Amino acid sequence: MRIEDIQVPGKLSKTETELRVSFLEHVGMIPGGEKLKACIQCGTCTGSCPVSYAMDIPPRELIALFRAGDLETIFRSNSIWTCASCYACQVRCPAAIKITDIIYALKQTAMERKIYSRKFPVHAIYNAFMKNMRRFGRLNEPRLMTYYFLISGFWKAFAFLPLAFRMAVKGRLDYRASKIKDIKNLRKILKAAEQLDMPVEYEVKPYMESAVGYKAVG
Amino acid sequence: MQYTYYPGCSLHSAHKGYDESCKSVFEALGCSLQELPDWNCCGATIYMSNREFTSLAVAARNLALAEAQQQDLVAPCSACYRVLNKSNHYFHNSGELLEKVNGCLAEAGLHYCGTVRVRHPLDVLINDVGLEIIRHQVKKPLHGLKIANYYGCQIVRPEHVFDDCENPMTMDNLFESLGAENVYFPFKVSCCGGMLMTTTENVALRLSKEILENARENAADCIVTTCPLCQMNLEAYQRRINRVYGTRLSMPILFFTQVMGVALGIDEKRLGISRNFYRCERLETIARSASESHYATTVNA
Ligand code: SF4
Ligand code: SF4
Repeated sequence: MRIEDIQVPGKLSKTETELRVSFLEHVGMIPGGEKLKACIQCGTCTGSCPVSYAMDIPPRELIALFRAGDLETIFRSNSIWTCASCYACQVRCPAAIKITDIIYALKQTAMERKIYSRKFPVHAIYNAFMKNMRRFGRLNEPRLMTYYFLISGFWKAFAFLPLAFRMAVKGRLDYRASKIKDIKNLRKILKAAEQLDMPVEYEVKPYMESAVGYKAVG
Repeated sequence: MQYTYYPGCSLHSAHKGYDESCKSVFEALGCSLQELPDWNCCGATIYMSNREFTSLAVAARNLALAEAQQQDLVAPCSACYRVLNKSNHYFHNSGELLEKVNGCLAEAGLHYCGTVRVRHPLDVLINDVGLEIIRHQVKKPLHGLKIANYYGCQIVRPEHVFDDCENPMTMDNLFESLGAENVYFPFKVSCCGGMLMTTTENVALRLSKEILENARENAADCIVTTCPLCQMNLEAYQRRINRVYGTRLSMPILFFTQVMGVALGIDEKRLGISRNFYRCERLETIARSASESHYATTVNA
């Protein structure tokens, strides 16, 4: 059975179905992503996670909620924006589930469906990053931070001023962005890739007895 | 031995010390690093986690450029190392994906076949050069220097390419053979908080604090790391940690190539040590001491 065929009992709302289609599309990209259905709910991931104490929904429950057909709750929580990408959960999972990559798939779904969290301005950093990339082809950290403060609240910048000063004294702050020579071609690559990265069309799968609930996960 | 060098954005700006020391150490050991011509940003964790396909295409441009050089690609920054390796892994796993990416690269007249090996300098130094040869080059053994080896996350996880993911030992072995003492440091692969330092500061401060305090409790003179982001979080935010938690930390955070460079007798200026915020006095004493030329023979005997 393919990962896309996992359905849940009952009728899903339109939003939920859309989220699911999009999420499973991203999971399909991960090598070994289909193992998601083999989770034994042991909690090793939550126990290994250094930030689970700060998550509304810890990693194990993310997977439980996906199975229960409730991605919407996940997107209302702070969990996916709190993950630090440390991969501790992923290397320890006894069922070899690519948990960090699955959290990435959730983030990608959120970005695609424009579900932003106001408290966790990751999308602000992301947009700043995008701009930088398109313009220079390389990242300039001070500029990135400037964009970020402009989008997420300029008062935050004040707290960073002393640090910026100390960095500058040590010759570690350079506002001049270095631009790659072949920026024209990089922009072409970016444009072509972004077109392929567009959201997938959503389609409602017919209800299948065998693809429901625990039957689907074996 | 010759390698293509991928410094990445942060080694060209906030972490010049890593860039300088890496080049100096490789040169002292007779390896040449040639910078990848016109490389672009690898995409970093933030791009990878939010727009996967685009980030793969961006990484593929670097890999395609590196393929033309026909050498292993050395990436010192943990995030670059991870992203380039991960992209490679995806391309090996799915020919269809590689084809799609090549479709985008064709816009720029590039093509990637998937043959580049992405390596970390630590891997190259231990496995290509070897501890035996490094030991013979030691001019100023690091006697009396107590080191907390901090590997961070992304060079050992999720794929353990050259070391174990729970208890890596390459850096410990390296510094032991340079004469230093490795302190007990159970936080060697704990997370420093990474990008959370910008988005969810209180969480990242706590994680970094735990790492710093543990190093101090175990009487380390300095923390030695391989990752620019870890270095930044542990060093530049130490003041804020002190303010928030009322601690009195002043732990020097050095790149492993900087400490190694001192042992190899390279001039401090070429290692960028003065760019760090906290001075490590014991290391400075070693750097000022006279060269010994019999280190390797005494160790072997
Ligand atoms: S560690 Fe793996 S198997 Fe255990 S709960 Fe987490 S995802 Fe499921
Ligand atoms: S990768 Fe994310 S979810 Fe997994 S242990 Fe690290 S912080 Fe927690």
